[in-house]
Amino acid sequence: MSEERGFSRRKFLQGVGAGALAAGAMPDLARGAEAPEDAPDLAGPGPVPVTLDVNGVRTTIEVEPRVTLLDALRSRLDITGAKKVCDHGACGACTVLLDGRPVYACSMLAIAAQGKKIETVESLAPGGELNAVQQAFVAHDGLQCGFCTSGFVLASEALLRQNPRPSHEEVLEALSGNLCRCGSYQGIKKASGAAPGGG
Amino acid sequence: MKDFAYAVPATLARAAALWREAPDASRFLAGGTDLLGMMKDFVIQPARVISLAAIPELRGIREEDGALVIGAMTPLGDVIASPLVRARCPALVQAAAGIKSPQLRNMATLGGDLLQRPRCWYFRRGFGLLGMKDGKSLVLDGEDRFHAILGNAGPAKFASPSSIAPALVAAGAELLVWNGEGTRRMAALDLYRTPEREEESEFSLAGGEILVAVRLPAARPASATCEVRQRKSLDWPVAAASACLDLENGRVAGARLVLGQVAPVPWLVDVTSLLAGKPLDEEGAKAAAEAALKDATPLAGNGYKVQVAEVAARRALLAAAGKAG
Repeated sequence: MSEERGFSRRKFLQGVGAGALAAGAMPDLARGAEAPEDAPDLAGPGPVPVTLDVNGVRTTIEVEPRVTLLDALRSRLDITGAKKVCDHGACGACTVLLDGRPVYACSMLAIAAQGKKIETVESLAPGGELNAVQQAFVAHDGLQCGFCTSGFVLASEALLRQNPRPSHEEVLEALSGNLCRCGSYQGIKKASGAAPGGG
Repeated sequence: MKDFAYAVPATLARAAALWREAPDASRFLAGGTDLLGMMKDFVIQPARVISLAAIPELRGIREEDGALVIGAMTPLGDVIASPLVRARCPALVQAAAGIKSPQLRNMATLGGDLLQRPRCWYFRRGFGLLGMKDGKSLVLDGEDRFHAILGNAGPAKFASPSSIAPALVAAGAELLVWNGEGTRRMAALDLYRTPEREEESEFSLAGGEILVAVRLPAARPASATCEVRQRKSLDWPVAAASACLDLENGRVAGARLVLGQVAPVPWLVDVTSLLAGKPLDEEGAKAAAEAALKDATPLAGNGYKVQVAEVAARRALLAAAGKAG
């Protein structure tokens, strides 16, 4: 795991050799090649290659270490299902799944998400056909303006993968990190508990 | 946020070396749920961020010489899910479970909770830990409803925000700290201090020291944490309490009560003398909770926290004894 997480220009060079670079401008390779073997593996503050595995596709982008996973998804990869609302880990609109677990993409650096399997709401309906959780949100009126919806859907998806028949309390617990300012909670709770095979 | 250079060292020695190169400009990054928010608000602007995510010693839950050792970078969700922790210290599991939401518990770490910075809104707006402006306390002149009601005689008016610390202090936990050359041990309570001047920290760690692990020397089955909160999730409790009892044949032999969110440090009260020799009952819990709060010095707008903390304390004591509060 440390190999995956640790970034260095040396590792980047190895990555290029392995054909991992899918997109992005060529970085300043010479500086890395000259670095002594025991130099600290410092990346940035300027743009550095960051490889993200999003919805099964690995893409390398050039971003500064300060760029959050949310901003990298939305502004660099054009994957806009995760929404930017509070940007402080207090609303849940940016929820994505990281190795299957829901996290706030706003509160994590893109560079730190390397080596992890990232799933956004887009992955749930690859051919445009809504999955069971999404269909349940439609069926139970689990949304109004829709801005919080992708976060709620992914929080529900994570719950139901672990626990296909959650109790009411387990649904409330699983959704406790997401806010809906329209107040669609009744429908959301029904949808989350109802899909895909729950009671 | 301001830009920074980023490193993910694989060893404690490497992390310490990276810090020593730029001691004034470096910050260690754990789960990021607190630090990144403060960086976005420009309250903290490190030029170097050293992630602790790749150091193996900082992760995992294990038994070692009869003690339970939990790595500081262990996510709170893993602490809650651990049968080992649940059996040995219910107070710790309950404290971690109080941290809503699942997203936060998947990201936030045990060590990060212990070392999170106060929620004082003046601090979070850049007025410093003591919240001073033009030599005057913004807290005393302003909005103090969530600030300290104990230990607040000095300039520090903020409340210790850690959910986990009261449980660890009550359970007599130790902390293992890497100081650049080796590991030192300290009592959990000794991590915290009340700053007297703005340049002082609320933590006793020296610059560059890294919290490695939490060590629970003995099982503490008769322990519990109770919180009182306004919002059920995405917020901190108004007051919290962890209690840890030594029971002999159902009678109290020792009782440690620790209040959270009420003082600049976790507030330890030894209520053994009030409870010893008897089974813990509603009356005893009430008396101990009142005694724990009797020296409270609430500010103009937070007198209500005294009663709230009493309720948390009473419920925690009863729950530790296996009785509903």
